Amino acid sequence: MTPDLECVDLVRRFGETTAVDNVSFSVPPGSFFSILGPSGCGKTTIMRMIAGFLDPTSGDIRIKGETVLDTPPNKRPVNMVFQHLALFPMMTIAENIGYGLRRQGMARDRIARKVDEALDRIGLPGIGARKVDELSGGQKQRVAIARCMVLEPDVLLLDEPLGALDLKLREHMKIELKALQATFDTTFVYITHDQSEALVMSDQIAVMNAGRFEQIGTGQDLYYRPDTPFVAGFIGEANRWKGRIDRVEGQVLEIRTDTGLAVRATGSGTLSRGDTAEIFVRPEAIHLAASAEALAHFDNRMKGTVTSTLFNGAASRVLVDNDVGETLEVTLPQTGEFANLERGDTVHVGWGAAQATCFAGAV
Amino acid sequence: MNKTLLTTTCLAVLGLTQAASADTLRLLTWGGYAPDEVVEMFEEQTGHTVEVTKSNNEEMIAKLRATGGGGFDLAQPSQDRVMGPQMEFGIYKPIDMSKIDESLFIPSMLKATMANTTVNGDVYGVPHVWGTSGLVINTAEAGGVVKDYTDLCDPALAGKVSYRLKRPTLIGFAFAMGEDPFAAYGDEARYKEIMEKVEAKLTECKANVKTYWSGGDELMNLVRSGEVTASMAWDTGGWKLNEDNADITFVAPASGALGWIDTFVLPSKGQSDEAAYAWINFVMQPEIAAKITSVAGNFTASAGADEFAEDALKAKYQASFPQEAVDNIKWYPPVPAGLETIEGGVLDRVQAAN
Amino acid sequence: MRSHARIGFVLLLTPLVLWLGLLIVIPHIDMLLISLRERISFGVYETSLTQYDKALTEPLYLRTFWRTAVMSVLATAITLLIAFPVAYYIAKMARGRLQQVLFMLCLIPFYVSELVRTFGWMILLRETGLISSLLQWVGLADQPVEMLYNDAAMMVGLVYTSMLFMVVPLVTTLESLDDSVVEAGYDLGGNGLSVLREIIIPHAMPGIVSGCIVVFMLSLGNYLTPTMLGGKDSLWFTEMIYNQFIVRSNWELGAAFGFMLLVLSSVIVWGVLRLTGRTLQETMG
Repeated sequence: MTPDLECVDLVRRFGETTAVDNVSFSVPPGSFFSILGPSGCGKTTIMRMIAGFLDPTSGDIRIKGETVLDTPPNKRPVNMVFQHLALFPMMTIAENIGYGLRRQGMARDRIARKVDEALDRIGLPGIGARKVDELSGGQKQRVAIARCMVLEPDVLLLDEPLGALDLKLREHMKIELKALQATFDTTFVYITHDQSEALVMSDQIAVMNAGRFEQIGTGQDLYYRPDTPFVAGFIGEANRWKGRIDRVEGQVLEIRTDTGLAVRATGSGTLSRGDTAEIFVRPEAIHLAASAEALAHFDNRMKGTVTSTLFNGAASRVLVDNDVGETLEVTLPQTGEFANLERGDTVHVGWGAAQATCFAGAV
Repeated sequence: MNKTLLTTTCLAVLGLTQAASADTLRLLTWGGYAPDEVVEMFEEQTGHTVEVTKSNNEEMIAKLRATGGGGFDLAQPSQDRVMGPQMEFGIYKPIDMSKIDESLFIPSMLKATMANTTVNGDVYGVPHVWGTSGLVINTAEAGGVVKDYTDLCDPALAGKVSYRLKRPTLIGFAFAMGEDPFAAYGDEARYKEIMEKVEAKLTECKANVKTYWSGGDELMNLVRSGEVTASMAWDTGGWKLNEDNADITFVAPASGALGWIDTFVLPSKGQSDEAAYAWINFVMQPEIAAKITSVAGNFTASAGADEFAEDALKAKYQASFPQEAVDNIKWYPPVPAGLETIEGGVLDRVQAAN
Repeated sequence: MRSHARIGFVLLLTPLVLWLGLLIVIPHIDMLLISLRERISFGVYETSLTQYDKALTEPLYLRTFWRTAVMSVLATAITLLIAFPVAYYIAKMARGRLQQVLFMLCLIPFYVSELVRTFGWMILLRETGLISSLLQWVGLADQPVEMLYNDAAMMVGLVYTSMLFMVVPLVTTLESLDDSVVEAGYDLGGNGLSVLREIIIPHAMPGIVSGCIVVFMLSLGNYLTPTMLGGKDSLWFTEMIYNQFIVRSNWELGAAFGFMLLVLSSVIVWGVLRLTGRTLQETMG
């Protein structure tokens, strides 16, 4: 099947700096594709090139298999939901949604019908005559999407559209956006710096850093099987060590950390003895126990002192200082066993080598 | 201007400490009538200080009218603008002739001015500077054509002519067309008739005019640059241009130059009459009057000042005014009320005509 | 505490009340009273509407009145047409230093007085002036060209004088236009013209209206430019007011003219606001 959107070896330079460095990806029809990265990584540049506001320095952009490089933005079968939505404040809601249709020269009564339909689909029937500033943040969001969707674009681009909303609404809109995407059955390309938005909504996520794609995969792939230290560090929380490889036993590596600990971890086959390495262990992969015996079956074990408990409901954490003075972040099990854990208590922690991911470290 | 201001301010400060009897003389006058040098001499001699405000006839009267005759201690409107405004607005106060040294004045001029500015038996004005208006011509280009005001309408000079759209133009054209508007001053119907003739002429003449000048500097630029070769103007303007270009000079029109006399009047709410009288007697001294003549370019009513006048200026005067031209000068009589309304209508219609 | 606040309020209000009262309200009342007088003889006046009757029946006055109004509207329209692209460039396309420099360039002519600026134009446009000489030198004209003393020269002067007062409000409103709104206009299928018509102009409307009001008032009330550049056919209503007040000493008619001008400008401003569906509050606030 032809992908809805395909970028091939896309490069964009601004003077000396390369904002987008040889990026290729394709988005299958009907899927929700996210580009996730810190601000300044080049994701907005990609989005603007797809929309047509910027020309790539080299490479190709294809929509439904056809190159769109020579198509101006107003002719591309792509529409964009802007960061601050960019609704037209001088028009009513109905005029906003009907704007694109008027540009296509559609008859007035047909436009009215289509606008009403779109308002129904976003669950806001009858607000057509209102002004933009009379709507709530979430309603504006939906109108912005409807304004694009009435044009039935092949691809809908969304540029961090939830950024301006408050937390509660943002959580709600994540679910709603996903539902809207299903309703319209259109390919969404979504860019964000918020991993939770990307993880919750996307079928596929590309993690971007410094102009390049680090990894493309599902949320689970990125979380559990990161390809690069950047992805491992960027997605979710992790305890990190740096060190040198002492021993290689197939997939399992034994590493001597810079602080002198011996840690067993899993790594890719390219690592060999003597290489510098970086280890990532997620807080929820570390088990907490009152005695060392309970953790006997784990590859890595250590004793520590609780310095602080960070209560955050289901995501509560404990900070544990080990013998060499490092602080580990450990998820607090919600079984009640450690409900009375206090500062100064001695605890034992342990994790399996399979839960510790090892990458070749930067020298 | 700034220098005047500075010196007057400095002297004002000094004067306050010097003489308790010293007054400030607020003088409303024409440019050139109160040169810095003369002001300084006066302040030194009398201890009074002088504040000079430069203006013209219409603005002087408008200013005094707006304040009911206040704000100034001495003003210098033309003699034909004393009687009417006084009767209408009461903005002047009578002059106490005992405080004026009559021997300083040319007797005939003093007598005529006093007669023209008498209201209800009181004298309101004494003469100061006099001059004429007529034609300023670039003789090389328009000398053969222009002999009188109406010759400005000669097609040979199309686009090279300028005059003011003000009452002197109406009067001048009337004379040049063989009428005597001054004689009709008392007969409104007759005056209206004359003005209608003038209006027709000026309307017809409009195509010939490059622009109606409104300021002396504007006219000087037009003539100096050669864009205008013949114009209605004051005698001094012509003489000044003559210094730059010998072809340009002032010519008394065949029907007679129009003579004006600028006077001294006391605004009704003036506060330093003593200083005002002192100023009048001071500037009418022959040597001082000659200094003013050399700056303003015009002669004064001061008896004996001729002796001190520059020869060059005298020569220009004589070249422009042979004896018969002097005899032919038409002196403005006081303007009766109502005429200016007729003139205003004519001027408006001429300006609007296509 | 409360009395303190009240004193502060009174202190803040006093200059405004004094300013409005002494400089605007009282003189206007005085003018109105003068305009309602008729001179009977020396120093004797009667209340009557003669002045307005005269002003409204004399074809010359009416012609000048309408000519001034129409020319001012025209000058405003031309100023808007020239200032809009300039303001758009300054607000949206120029960046950083260039933006500041361009803005300064608009401002610099206002460092000198209007008189000097008008003289500047006279030097450029006159028969022996710069442009005429240049045309002859290039060979486009074989004799001096007079460009001064006509309506076109006057229009140039009026537009030039008003430029800044149009550019500033336009730049301010256009700067507040989010770039992404314009991009959204294109993204959803608009072309340059429709984006301009449907998005940029409606957004800039407050700036357009306030700029137009200011420029219109300035043109209507301008005295120097029409008299100096306009030449023998120029007839500006302010000139007639000056003539009545100063030259003719006819304050009564002059005051009536002044009030006609006040009414005219108020009516036109009101009309423009009505036409664009704005209130004075929105436009000026």
